[in-house]
Amino acid sequence: MIIFPQSERETCIHRLDPRVRAATGFLFAVVVCLSQSPPVLAASFATALALLALARPDRGRTVRGLAALNLFMLLLAVFLPPFVAGEAAWRIGSVAWSREGLWRAGTIAIRANSILLALMALLGAMEPAHLGLALCRLGCPEKLAHILLFMIRYVEVIHREYHRLRDAMRMRGFRAACDRRTCQAYGYLVGLLLVRSLDRSDRIVEAMKCRGFRGHFHLLIPLRIRAWDLLFATLAAADVAWLSWMEWR
Amino acid sequence: MNEPLLELEDVHFSYGEERRVLCGLDFRLGPGEHVGLVGGNGCGKTTFLRLLVGLIKPTAGTVRVFGKARRQEGDFHEVRRRVGLVFQDADDQLFCPTVLEDVAFGPLNLGQSREQAGAAARETLRGLGLEGFEDRVTYHLSGGEKRLVSLATVLAMKPHVLLLDEPTGGLDAEAAQRVIETVSGLPYASIIVSHDSNVLDGLTNRVLALRDGRLAER
Repeated sequence: MIIFPQSERETCIHRLDPRVRAATGFLFAVVVCLSQSPPVLAASFATALALLALARPDRGRTVRGLAALNLFMLLLAVFLPPFVAGEAAWRIGSVAWSREGLWRAGTIAIRANSILLALMALLGAMEPAHLGLALCRLGCPEKLAHILLFMIRYVEVIHREYHRLRDAMRMRGFRAACDRRTCQAYGYLVGLLLVRSLDRSDRIVEAMKCRGFRGHFHLLIPLRIRAWDLLFATLAAADVAWLSWMEWR
Repeated sequence: MNEPLLELEDVHFSYGEERRVLCGLDFRLGPGEHVGLVGGNGCGKTTFLRLLVGLIKPTAGTVRVFGKARRQEGDFHEVRRRVGLVFQDADDQLFCPTVLEDVAFGPLNLGQSREQAGAAARETLRGLGLEGFEDRVTYHLSGGEKRLVSLATVLAMKPHVLLLDEPTGGLDAEAAQRVIETVSGLPYASIIVSHDSNVLDGLTNRVLALRDGRLAER
């Protein structure tokens, strides 16, 4: 299981400073989350597509990400409208799908897709260490950034541990079924994984202390703001400002 | 006689009431000494190493490092800069995404600049024959490579004393031989926990056995 593939391609987005990428993604997401009007939603979707065209992320991953998101959106379109009051668009028995509800589900889907596309473009192929560093420098609590970095590093180790335990179970004839014993066995498995992860985290922090760790990461990669970063940040700020102006003028 | 680098005096340690691990243990490590440590599973070998760098504190007794008694966490910060401990499981030691970052982590903690730390890391990797590993992803390394890289992470800090916990555990003969050759070329005083007779013969000049919470010459 690899969360962040090593696919740092050299496009103009990837040459940006990680801080600029993270901050742009965050601001864009906030504005899109809060906007309601159709022109703003359309414009933000267009912005996301433009970013995607610039970053050219891996096509397969992008499609899979979008598919996962939109499956969820489909569920929303089915289950949200009956709970929103308004004029009925369809009716099956006593359940009515209101126009207002469909509209709301639609806007949520557009917002979610815009944000996902923009983040995939901006952060998708970023080195995890760069992302953690960028978050720290942007004032995100250091602890949260550490959690992110460690999650990325150790999810693979825990995954392997899970497979070893699963294999050991299977080697002794365990077959998953829909019964109490399976639940119990999986309960033990998850419990053991948690215990082992906790133990491992203790050992990791000890190993770090042995190398002089006192609560702060010092980073090897220098961060530099260059002309292209300034240009991109200005364009991004202008775009976000324009979207906000259209929404709240 | 030279002043000992590491010294334990009448040290007791127990995990809770029921598991007493060390009872009245005495130990000295002088400059240039290479001590091997053997003992049954769970007899406290790793505990012994962890006591020396202050990851755990003795229930009773004195830990003296570089001539000074060390009691609190703060006393051990200096110790950890000069005593390098290589953990048994390399996955515990290597936590950065790339090898170079991991090896530079210690030097950066020592207050070196990025350039210095990067250079120290590269130099250490070169010294261990690990050129070209800089940008490799730590969790994609093989077991033997992980072990060498975790050794590099400690050596990059230029320690005065090296503590190795089962340096060849779980490695095949070839990888183990490579670790032994690497360590035998190092000038530091060392304590090596191992059951591998190649390691004990090749890397240590005396071997102690930990039994019933005390050390005895083997």
